[in-house]
Amino acid sequence: MLWQRSGMKLEALERGAPARIISVDWSAIAPEEGKRLRALGIDRGTQITIAHRGIFGGKDPLAIVIGRMTIAIRRVHAAAMSVEPL
Amino acid sequence: MNAPVIARLRKAALVGNPNAGKSALFNALTGARQKIANYPGVTVERKAGRLMMPDGVPVELIDLPGSYSFDATSPDEEVTRALVHGEFAGEVQPDVMVLVLDAANLEQHLVFAQEVIELGRPTVVALNMVDLAQRDGLTLDPDALGEALGVPVVPTVAVRRKGLTELIAAIAVAEANFEADSSAHPRPHLTLPERRLAARNIAKAAILSVSATRQFHTGLDKILLHPWLGPPILFALLFVIFQAVFAWATPFADALEGVAGWLSDMVMVILPAGLFRDFLTEGVIAGVGSVVVFLPQIIILFAFILVMEATGYMARAAFIMDRMMAGVGLSGRSFIPLLSSFACAIPGIMATRSIADPKDRLTTILIAPLMTCSARLPVYGVVIAAVIPNVKVWGAVGLQGLVLFALYVAGIVGAMVVALVLRRSVTAGQASGFIMELPRYQMPRLRDLAIGLWQRAWVFLRRAGTIIFAATVVLWLLLTFPKAGPGESQLDASFAGHVASGLHVAFAPIGFNREMTLALVPAMAAREVAVASLATTYAVDSDDELQTEQALRDQITARWSLPTALAFLAWFVFAPQCLSTIAVARRETNGWKWPAFMLAYLFALAYVFAGITFWSATALGL
Repeated sequence: MLWQRSGMKLEALERGAPARIISVDWSAIAPEEGKRLRALGIDRGTQITIAHRGIFGGKDPLAIVIGRMTIAIRRVHAAAMSVEPL
Repeated sequence: MNAPVIARLRKAALVGNPNAGKSALFNALTGARQKIANYPGVTVERKAGRLMMPDGVPVELIDLPGSYSFDATSPDEEVTRALVHGEFAGEVQPDVMVLVLDAANLEQHLVFAQEVIELGRPTVVALNMVDLAQRDGLTLDPDALGEALGVPVVPTVAVRRKGLTELIAAIAVAEANFEADSSAHPRPHLTLPERRLAARNIAKAAILSVSATRQFHTGLDKILLHPWLGPPILFALLFVIFQAVFAWATPFADALEGVAGWLSDMVMVILPAGLFRDFLTEGVIAGVGSVVVFLPQIIILFAFILVMEATGYMARAAFIMDRMMAGVGLSGRSFIPLLSSFACAIPGIMATRSIADPKDRLTTILIAPLMTCSARLPVYGVVIAAVIPNVKVWGAVGLQGLVLFALYVAGIVGAMVVALVLRRSVTAGQASGFIMELPRYQMPRLRDLAIGLWQRAWVFLRRAGTIIFAATVVLWLLLTFPKAGPGESQLDASFAGHVASGLHVAFAPIGFNREMTLALVPAMAAREVAVASLATTYAVDSDDELQTEQALRDQITARWSLPTALAFLAWFVFAPQCLSTIAVARRETNGWKWPAFMLAYLFALAYVFAGITFWSATALGL
């Protein structure tokens, strides 16, 4: 199936479901923010879980877990990342 | 420092990721007074202390801002990068790097660690917070880690002062060995993915076992970051904070007021009537005393902020507030500086250094003075008590409290509107993102909180003892001379009275009386001086001693109309009357352009809103 090859958007990932980042569209993210995300370990191959998303039923921001670290990001960042569920 | 230097003071630097516990380690090593918190970016100033080495020669230890990489994205990370590379003007490259790693987050912290070690400088690793790692079910092998990194590794628990002696010894050894062997082999430079892979492998080698202990903070986050529970919890907390600031402080404030009254009485008894006695009672005690009374409120507000920072909740508050801040073109990161600004805009503006986006940072600096800082409390407190009746409107909610709440809200709403306008005009730019590490929860250490509170109280008291004291004394002199002739009021005759009459022309349309106009002049130094000035002015202007001793509150009740008093309150919601804030804004924006802009727009807003308040209150027949 197509989604298995191209993966799904991180945005669409279920809360608590483990996944791996298979690609990041860095052109959709401001260069400085891309730098910061990479410095925090967000890149192709990183295992990632969504721990919390949004407040009052909104979708922004997201708290993701990488290893033993929790990081807050915005939905625009998550929309640029494709993941495959593990 | 121009004297010939025989042996330069050796220097060691603490480097590491944010939240590695650098500040706590710095405190433990040097005993220096420094604020500890665990949201990213708190270490924004150069912190230096003296570390006594085993050979009895001190080493200067500096605490560098936390960094995720040498590829700097924020002003404070740039400080770290430049300094460790020896490119920071006026700073010698550190002789020893003390690399601080969070034992429970090795895989992440080892990425930056490799960059630091690649510099080829003598390096010692402090494997910090090993106790928290154990709580999370991690057992580590420091020797294996040292083997893999090629530098000595010392396990430490900064907050419990464990491993410090060993760390100091390792620093001494690293420095001595480096001098002997200066032809250190250059280490290979790796790309970021290569480093990340290496970090994973090194961490794997160093972690002996991982037991399935449930991480403590995930459970707490389930509640505190819950999409529906989280925001009400935060708002309830903020409500409790502002309630506590007023309810808990009252007995202490009353006690301080009592002390001031007692002092005044003592001076009256001891000293003969005359100029010097007037100077002490009317100038010093009435002026400075009326400001010191607010110390309890300031301490309570800072206590809450320090606890929120030290526990790790502040970053969660930023997470929750992000959505709302995004609405006006800012991010959750701006929440932390803005909340600090409720206590004082100066630490608030300095805390903006952790905001990576320059436009975002500038906007936050420009609106920080709109948050109702503690210096406005003396003004609000005395005017509200004087003109707003102390009645209950609904249950336990009093009208006075409600007015105060409205003033806070006016400041917040004003700030949001200003941010919205600025982000579409002078600071227009791409919408900023929000990327922030949420640190693990920690129990705050009472000692560290006490140090933080003491620093705040001291800054406030020093202001009361210097700026406010000086402004009060000068004002008293201008009010007392020249002496009034018979049948003339002292205020009319004095220098100050003439100045106020001149300025009053501009302020009469918005309902200000002459004493208020006069109070605004010395209040340029600091807002709370307005209260001290009013107290001194009315004390000098009083005909008899009975009236002199009347509290400022009663004087205002007797002399001000309600619209006038409300206009004065509205003025202080916006007016940028604080020299220290202007000075810090100049320093943080590298020039006079933005502070000048800040002054202009805030004074304009203050004048317009004081006017609107006065005219509408008058029209309503209040």
